[in-house]
Amino acid sequence: MVWSDRIAAGSAFLAAVIAGFVLPDWMISLATIAFANGLVVLGLIVMWRAGLVSFGQALYYCMGGYAVALIGRWGGVTDALLLVLLGGLSAAGVAFVVGFLLARYREIFFAMLSLALSMILYGLLVKTESLGSTDGLNVTAPTFLGYAPHQEELLVALYFLVLVVCATAALLISAYFRSLAGALAIPVRDNELRVEFMGMSVSRLIHTKLVISGLLAGTGGALVALAIGHVDPNMSYWTTSGEFVFITILAGAGSVGAAFIGSLAFESVRSFAFTMLPQLWQMLLGSVLLLTILFLPQGLGSLIQRLHWGRKAKAP
Amino acid sequence: MLFAVRTPGHAFLWFVLFSLLDVAPIQAQNVAPPGATVKLGIVSFLTGPAAAPFGIPGRNGAEIMIETMNAGKVPTPFNKVGFGGSTIDAKYIDETGSTANVVTEFRNLVQRDQVDAVVGYVSSGSCLAVTPVAEELKALTVFYDCGTPRIFEEKPRAYVFRVSPHATMDNVAAARYLLAKKSDITSYSGLNQNYAWGQDSWRDFAAAMEVLAPKMAVDKVLFPKLFAGEYGAEISTLLTSKSQVLHTSFYDGDLEAFIYQEQARALDKRMTILSTTGETAIWRLRDKMPNGTIIGARGTNGPLAPDSELNRWFQKIYSDRYGIPPTYPAYQMAMSLLGLKLAYEKAKTGEAKPTTDEVAAAFKGIEFEGPSGSVKLAIGDGHQGISQTAYGTYRFNKEKNEPEIVDVVRFPAECVNPPAGLKADDWIKDGMKGAKC
Repeated sequence: MVWSDRIAAGSAFLAAVIAGFVLPDWMISLATIAFANGLVVLGLIVMWRAGLVSFGQALYYCMGGYAVALIGRWGGVTDALLLVLLGGLSAAGVAFVVGFLLARYREIFFAMLSLALSMILYGLLVKTESLGSTDGLNVTAPTFLGYAPHQEELLVALYFLVLVVCATAALLISAYFRSLAGALAIPVRDNELRVEFMGMSVSRLIHTKLVISGLLAGTGGALVALAIGHVDPNMSYWTTSGEFVFITILAGAGSVGAAFIGSLAFESVRSFAFTMLPQLWQMLLGSVLLLTILFLPQGLGSLIQRLHWGRKAKAP
Repeated sequence: MLFAVRTPGHAFLWFVLFSLLDVAPIQAQNVAPPGATVKLGIVSFLTGPAAAPFGIPGRNGAEIMIETMNAGKVPTPFNKVGFGGSTIDAKYIDETGSTANVVTEFRNLVQRDQVDAVVGYVSSGSCLAVTPVAEELKALTVFYDCGTPRIFEEKPRAYVFRVSPHATMDNVAAARYLLAKKSDITSYSGLNQNYAWGQDSWRDFAAAMEVLAPKMAVDKVLFPKLFAGEYGAEISTLLTSKSQVLHTSFYDGDLEAFIYQEQARALDKRMTILSTTGETAIWRLRDKMPNGTIIGARGTNGPLAPDSELNRWFQKIYSDRYGIPPTYPAYQMAMSLLGLKLAYEKAKTGEAKPTTDEVAAAFKGIEFEGPSGSVKLAIGDGHQGISQTAYGTYRFNKEKNEPEIVDVVRFPAECVNPPAGLKADDWIKDGMKGAKC
């Protein structure tokens, strides 16, 4: 990572921290959910770089959410950090298991198979009346290392938790992108055979990416479950996955930061559309995506890169 | 650069795009009157499959009620302008989207738009998710249509109210009506959507039948997918059944599709259909709805509403504006708004606006007469309404060319609702003790 990027990332994080103290509650709550969803998008980007589009991220997202709700309810665990960790790990575990199957498929077959797996979880949850079926169940309010905040404090505490988790994830993922395994994503997309000839196992590379994206999606789902205080099977429905793909297109797969910026932009546009056009909000959202595809085919993240290139062109 | 040449399929992009571009019919938007002082958030399905049967009638009910309240034209005792003299400024929000979305928009209403109260929610999932947030934010919230009894059973609530009775009475009354009107039945079947509403409806109905007629056999229990739209296999299965009655909590598109499909194969000639929410479809199905179908309206709403000045007035203003008589979600919305209005006016002692706590205290245990008769917030620690309910038999009157419901039986509130402090499920299973019929 170049210095300018580090400074940009650092100041963005600082700005987000300061925002936690000054912004009104409803904006913090919106940003909490947007950043938590950004983790799922980051997971999609990890796979996107290898040419894989998952239409089943909702599987891990929902796993993370339900793990938090059930561990909180039956296990009596209330510590937010522990719950998020358990949520993420249970989703990563699922990703590891289904990865043996999924890592063999590419393109539309990969997308459809991942979608099918998430719909199996959806079907199971809908059938389970003891977990509230489609109505879902409430998540108990979390504590932070023994500190049990309420109302505004809880909101802000969750926001900071999300920020810390997101910053950690962003650092680790950008390190991963620079590592050999991460850098091989683009060769995998372009020519798998060559990568194999170089002595690398493509299916192992993809399996690792699946587990990483599962972990990220599960963590995102766990954080959203805590922020919303409720989980339901819709978290696993294919439209939820579709929404994450939508945000990925909006954000672009160019950089780690794009995932969070894109997610924030998406939540803001949707909330704005809800207020402006209560019965036609999908129109506005769809138009935004259409315009993004037409004029920014590499997503909002490409704006940052354009700035970079502009600077480099001036000072060679 | 990263999307170049081998993007993982442009088809996906279009797929996502079109699924999000799913456009709803354009409705006239409500313009808030100037100088408004009481702000209300109205949340209901404005798009998606639940919009037509529930969301839009609910929204329309809110629109017309708020308009007439602001004009001070609601009959006595609701004739004060707006809420206690202050006009109402309503903001309409769509309930569609994930739970995260519903909760975020609820927060936006309370914290960004600073509404004085939120009235809304059709889906029980939305209601369950909004409840803890409403309590946390101390935001006065009135649910109008969602039916799950869990809301006030899990914990006592301070700021959440529901004037409309919960779904338990729908199925208990359905069982009572059925047994009163059809003494010769020996077995029954069920066709319900495979999601919380369908599962709960069937569970309550089957449990009530078990108590009231223990010898009755259950034959086919079918749970097709929600919004499946095609019921060929289910109809074939039911045609092999000897049951005389089919219980269904289908609504809107699913109900209409099923009725059309079963008529081609004369299922309704073999067994009576008992449709717990059938009232929402009668104005659209008209003579397509089989005569003899047992119809419920989730309380005494629509054609089952008692004949009163207030009811005739509501029927008239609603039909004049929207060209179709009000169905039960419109009634539930009207009742919820009237309840809130009364509580607000009871809490307002001087000129100043009452605080949320004062309105909530005044709301608790309130009792009033509205277009669907009398309602009392008797259970859920004074937060959950109970009212009488009714079932009837459908008949399409060819001379008048309009649907009618005949053979109506009314059940008092205490006959079909659990007493205060008891869980609905347990009450039914333990033999519905204390029911006063």
